[in-house]
Amino acid sequence: MTPSYSGFLGRLDWDALPITGLIQNPNANEIVANAAAAIVLVGVFVVVGLLSWFRLWTPLWRDWLTSVDHKKIGIMYVVFAIVMLARGVLEGVVMRAQQAAGPGDGFLEAEHFAELFSTHGTIMIFFVAVPFVFGIANYVVPLMIGARDVAFPRLNQISLGLTVSSGMMLMVSLVVGRFSTGGWTAYPPYTGAAFNPGVGPDYWIWAIVVSGVGTTLTGINFAVTIYKMRAPGMTFMRLPMYCWTIICSSILIVFAMPPLGVAALLLAADRYLDFHFFTNDLGGNMMNYANLFWLFGHPEVYLLVLPAYGIYSEVFATFSAKRLYGYNSLVIATMSIAVLSFTVWLHHFFTMGQSALINAVFGIATMLIAIPTGVKVYDWMATLWRGRIRFSVPMLYGLAFLMLFVIGGLSGVILANPTVDYQVHNTLFLVAHFHNVLLPGVLFGLLAAYNYWFPKAFGFRLNEVWGRVTVALWTIGFLLTFMPLYFVGLMGMPRRSFSYDDPSFHPFMMVAIVGALVITCALFSVLIQLWVSIRDREKTRVPVGDPWDGRTLEWSIPSPPPPYNFAIIPTVTDRDDFAAAKDKGAAYPTPDAYEDIELPRNTGIGFVLCVLSGIWMFALVWWIWWLAALMTVLMILAVIVWTFDDSTELTIPAEEVRKDHEAWLARVHGEKAVDRDFETSPENRGLARPDLEAVT
Amino acid sequence: MKRAPTHSYPGINLGERHASAHKATEVVTFGFWVFLMSDLVYFGLMFAIYITMIDAQAGGPGPHELFDLKSIFAQTLILLTSSLTVGLAMLALKYNLPRARIVLWFGVTLLLGISFLVLEVRDFMAMAEQGGIPQRSGFLSAFFGLVPLHGLHVAAGCLWLIVLGIQLRVKGMTDVIISRVVRLALFWHFLDLIWIGIITIVYFGGLTYG
Ligand code: HEM
Ligand SMILES: [Cu+2]
Repeated sequence: MTPSYSGFLGRLDWDALPITGLIQNPNANEIVANAAAAIVLVGVFVVVGLLSWFRLWTPLWRDWLTSVDHKKIGIMYVVFAIVMLARGVLEGVVMRAQQAAGPGDGFLEAEHFAELFSTHGTIMIFFVAVPFVFGIANYVVPLMIGARDVAFPRLNQISLGLTVSSGMMLMVSLVVGRFSTGGWTAYPPYTGAAFNPGVGPDYWIWAIVVSGVGTTLTGINFAVTIYKMRAPGMTFMRLPMYCWTIICSSILIVFAMPPLGVAALLLAADRYLDFHFFTNDLGGNMMNYANLFWLFGHPEVYLLVLPAYGIYSEVFATFSAKRLYGYNSLVIATMSIAVLSFTVWLHHFFTMGQSALINAVFGIATMLIAIPTGVKVYDWMATLWRGRIRFSVPMLYGLAFLMLFVIGGLSGVILANPTVDYQVHNTLFLVAHFHNVLLPGVLFGLLAAYNYWFPKAFGFRLNEVWGRVTVALWTIGFLLTFMPLYFVGLMGMPRRSFSYDDPSFHPFMMVAIVGALVITCALFSVLIQLWVSIRDREKTRVPVGDPWDGRTLEWSIPSPPPPYNFAIIPTVTDRDDFAAAKDKGAAYPTPDAYEDIELPRNTGIGFVLCVLSGIWMFALVWWIWWLAALMTVLMILAVIVWTFDDSTELTIPAEEVRKDHEAWLARVHGEKAVDRDFETSPENRGLARPDLEAVT
Repeated sequence: MKRAPTHSYPGINLGERHASAHKATEVVTFGFWVFLMSDLVYFGLMFAIYITMIDAQAGGPGPHELFDLKSIFAQTLILLTSSLTVGLAMLALKYNLPRARIVLWFGVTLLLGISFLVLEVRDFMAMAEQGGIPQRSGFLSAFFGLVPLHGLHVAAGCLWLIVLGIQLRVKGMTDVIISRVVRLALFWHFLDLIWIGIITIVYFGGLTYG
């Protein structure tokens, strides 16, 4: 479609606001849409109001928005992910409610339902899972490898800025105009200009492109960080398992994000410039899109789940007080999965007309992934075997994961069989399968990580009781919501259907909505746990820094860590270096000498690019060409001007490092060591008593 | 004067000044390699799209009507020469020749880059006159998705040359600037490499199969 609007505001007008729809045609559907828009606006006002009330603008700018400290960037990523998670879950609940409203039309219009599953999928994958995974990695990886920062701290800030600005676009689409109805996969020609002339797919395209750039930069950053920044002595075979999974997922990003970028940009060329990559006429070929998208899409799920595997590996080892069993095989399995994940993309379109032979080849390749995954599951079980297991919150997530993930994996192997896939593709069986791997696999892992490393980040532990309640609610909610979907899927209920006629689906939908409500409670429970923990923080402080009798380097420094992480860069001699040091009684050494530490200075470039790219996307969506051009120029200028800035380093004098470190060491020696069994009591100030059973 | 060649990277003289700068450059350069790999995947996919769409001409003009091999030959020569001049800038860096020498080779590279772009745009306009516009067919979409993408990279490289040239003049040969020169050179050679892919696959391949 050739752009035909040339006005000052492009194609933006009053009809873009949901309130116009409500006035013209008041019904349940419009009310839901307006309520969502209102929530966004109220949210913005509340945040702005609170910040002004408590005079927080300056600290926010100085300590957070301009910070290049990987720890702060990590925390900002996680906060962003949790905000988006709230929206994603609520959308899931609205969809479940629509289907529970029974055979017939329910309360939503078909278009609106389609917008819901499109935003839900897009948000959950790109704005919850990815930022959450890399938020945790940002916080933890440099600490684990004994580094002072990531390889490119300023680039890190830019990545965050781009992720946040594109996430904001999804928020904006609630208030101005409409989001795409094309699902998170946005297949053309349905999302092409001929079928979808509106702004929806454009919102999708630009959010994907910009966040994709941010993610690619993150991938490069972490691949290089782990490859180049490890402390002396930390060979690859001494690298903590979690870092192995992050380096594999970073490599996946480097190779898998470009296909997504290409797919989205070519779709943009079709829509904006009337190209014919994926159109029905003039030689376009939508199968190219399917191939590009899934060349990204399949590795994507592994780049999400591998870090979760890494988290579970650390959690199982720590809370069984044992060395991780089968480390070598876990490393090999991780790498095999990373490689295999690039060979199976075609299983996402078995039914789209390629030959039986090709389907068979890709089906078998897909099933192969079950082998390394199985290896991992056995290794984890062997790690637990005869360990001194503590049923702490992260461990409970881990156990829920072990049991539920096996079911999800099995249903995946079932789907990998093309003949079966022909029967159940595009039914709720598939929806059950991927939620079964994404929730217990990815989300539980991230929540485990949140509970596990929270005391490291903030210096106090999270509330155990509410933690347990949260685990229980997520698990029960998950089972109730998604297990019924396997059955209705086998009965033939199509995915993405806003209404249905068959009354036999209805009971299952009722169970699923109950589950979705339990999941809502789980979400609230996460927030209550946080609130209660902050309230009681004096009782749960762990300044020494090792509340769980941890095994890896991040536990060997104070909680929260100083800006430079390590007063003295450690020299590593063992895989579980800190555990080994504790056993030998050599933990917490007093260094001979201190030196000046150079840290990157604050910069506003990430924030500037966040704002500019946000306006740029908005301008492109609404065809406000002058603004888009202006923003392009400004972004280029901003980067150029920024490269002229020389004063990028900040020196922390050795004297200051010495003072801080000695104060902390004094605290370590003054504190009473606690046995693991009293881990959850207020006595636990972060100094664990070394345990003779610790080494196996 | 020549310095002892204790370089991890050709053309770089940081080691003797201080090791930490050397390490920093090593990290940044490695990071840039990873970035180039990612960019290479972009191009690789665009090549793949082009190959699958060579026949999707939908009755529109094809390679035989549109491609002007003489102009392509000229562009190739220009681009290869520019790789040589960037290489000469790197040698000037390595042997500590005066800064003006590097700026000079940068200038020549910039001129070559711009002439390449001018020729390329002329080609595109000539194609358009014969109805070879991207809107005409899947084949032309694929062509215009790939070749100008390379052109855009060259344009970005030109902008980079200008900015870095200015920084060389104002700031002199600081460690940071030197490491940027190294990366710019990498980038420029990379563009050459992609161009070789374009002449073989897009032009020769197009003429053979299209
Ligand atoms: C937490 C509770 C959740 C609920 C209640 C929920 C519910 C739903 C529903 C009802 C659908 C539409 C199914 C259909 O097409 O018929 C859906 C789709 C989807 N969900 Fe979730 N979901 C939840 C969590 C998640 C999470 C954590 C992720 C990923 C990390 C996720 C990723 C997706 C994706 C990718 C789709 C496909 C969207 C599409 O069809 O384009 N969901 N979900
Ligand atoms: Cu897949």
